Amino acid sequence: MNISSLFNAMPGAVAQGLIWGIMAIGVYITYKIQDVADLTVDGTMSLGGAICVLMLTNGQNIWVSVILATLAGMIAGLVTGILHTGMGIPVILSGILTQLGLYSINLKILGGKSNQAVSADNYDLIISLRYVKGVPFYRNSIFIVALFVIAIIAILYWFFGTERGCSIRATGCNPNMSRAQGINTNFNTVLGLMISNGLVGLASALYSQYQGFADVNSGRGAIVIGLAAVIIGTVVFEKIFHNFALKLLAVALGAVIYYVVLQIVIWLGLDTNYLKLLSALVVAIFLAVPYWKQKYLAKPAKKGADTNA
Amino acid sequence: MLRINNIYKTFNIGTINEKTALNGTCLTLNEGDFVTVIGGNGAGKSTLLNAVAGTWFVDEGSILIDDVDVTKMPEHKRARFLGRVFQDPMMGTAATMGIDENLALAARRGQRRGLHAGISRAERERYKEQLTELDLGLENRLTSKVGLLSGGQRQALTLLMATLKKPKLLLLDEHTAALDPKTAAKVLALSDKIVAEHNLTTLMVTHNMRDAIAHGNRLIMMNEGRVVLDIGGEEKKKLTVEDLLEKFEAVSGEEFSNDQALLSK
Repeated sequence: MNISSLFNAMPGAVAQGLIWGIMAIGVYITYKIQDVADLTVDGTMSLGGAICVLMLTNGQNIWVSVILATLAGMIAGLVTGILHTGMGIPVILSGILTQLGLYSINLKILGGKSNQAVSADNYDLIISLRYVKGVPFYRNSIFIVALFVIAIIAILYWFFGTERGCSIRATGCNPNMSRAQGINTNFNTVLGLMISNGLVGLASALYSQYQGFADVNSGRGAIVIGLAAVIIGTVVFEKIFHNFALKLLAVALGAVIYYVVLQIVIWLGLDTNYLKLLSALVVAIFLAVPYWKQKYLAKPAKKGADTNA
Repeated sequence: MLRINNIYKTFNIGTINEKTALNGTCLTLNEGDFVTVIGGNGAGKSTLLNAVAGTWFVDEGSILIDDVDVTKMPEHKRARFLGRVFQDPMMGTAATMGIDENLALAARRGQRRGLHAGISRAERERYKEQLTELDLGLENRLTSKVGLLSGGQRQALTLLMATLKKPKLLLLDEHTAALDPKTAAKVLALSDKIVAEHNLTTLMVTHNMRDAIAHGNRLIMMNEGRVVLDIGGEEKKKLTVEDLLEKFEAVSGEEFSNDQALLSK
């Protein structure tokens, strides 16, 4: 075990973490703000990359490709939203259905192959794993992805402060109250799913460039990584980050922490085949802790309503 | 103002739990009416309010608010006519959002929600004044999360939210039932004040016969999904709990079966 090999791997881990941070912010919107677990993202995390690579290999401009990947993600969210609100299918199942359907679509987009390469030699990529070291900072992938993260947080911070954004938050918090206040909760649920999956599509497009290929399996278990980032970010930063923008930043940093820890675990010699098992265990434990706390450590609640009204 | 024509609603059709909650209910409210609704458990009181609010659609019949047929209008669209306070204090507010944000959501009831700021500085000032009138000390906690408030405070806030944008009809669904007696009295007094101030047409369900007599200008009693008694004007002013119990037995042929109503005599 050579400590310098770990240090060499760190910039890559940070860049990957930031890309997945964008994805995790998408998960945060559904999981924390809308209070739904959206499993569409496993499909969307492959879809964005597939679209991006397809566009690039057809000679399309890189930015157009990224934007189309984002839009494709939003359409995936729209499908899940319609399955849920229009057809009455529980949201988890809606997400699973879309995700499964997307597997075929992703394969088709990739021309029937499970993966397709876009080399940084032949295409003018925004980011690449080759650009994490030894390039001017403005070409550095970490710097560029960090700009993406900051821009996304800024836009979301603004949006969730608007009338529409506030109504989406209300819908996630209390749908009964929202309808009583004239909010179309179905529309908001669909809109939230679209925004979330749009971000995941964007993250996927960036990830395919970073890796230099799009893979039909690159989204497998994405929801778990996203949740891990949300949970790690929340647990680590909840005491110091209260502002909404900072909470989103915490989620992105949570993804970075996840990838850095992953890199350390690999460096320690863990069989990489166990990585998904490890991720699943980490998320399961973190989800269980608040439940256990409430069940075994909570003080008995005061009975009856508070009288100091 | 409000016209309910012969509405029917049956839940769980075809199952062992089939229950006809509204069985040809008719009711007309005039502008400025403050009607209290009483009845035993399962009489259809809350169901009636939910039918008006559009929680689900009725099976038959029609509902008109201010001559607008809302029978097939979805809940969120109907909301522009209605102010609602629920029995459960948790139900009327968004717990993870601030007091100011909740008020801002309510202030935009019936409006298109676009990309304008969700709340403005001028609004906050206005809410502060309106909260001061509630006299609960909430004006100094404008940005506190509503989840931190007590049940009574939340009901008072919900009441303010329901009337922030003057509704054509105010629906109070046993909104003091979950509160302790002292707090319930406060919230009821506040309801009276707000209704009088804005001259609101109001439908208030209650379990408490004394409250039903003491508030409003008209009282209706429901039984098995129908309005069986409708008392207004001078007659209502002279009403006693004993009268009501007697009348209930006469129309329904059974004793008033609600402990809460009896105990609160």
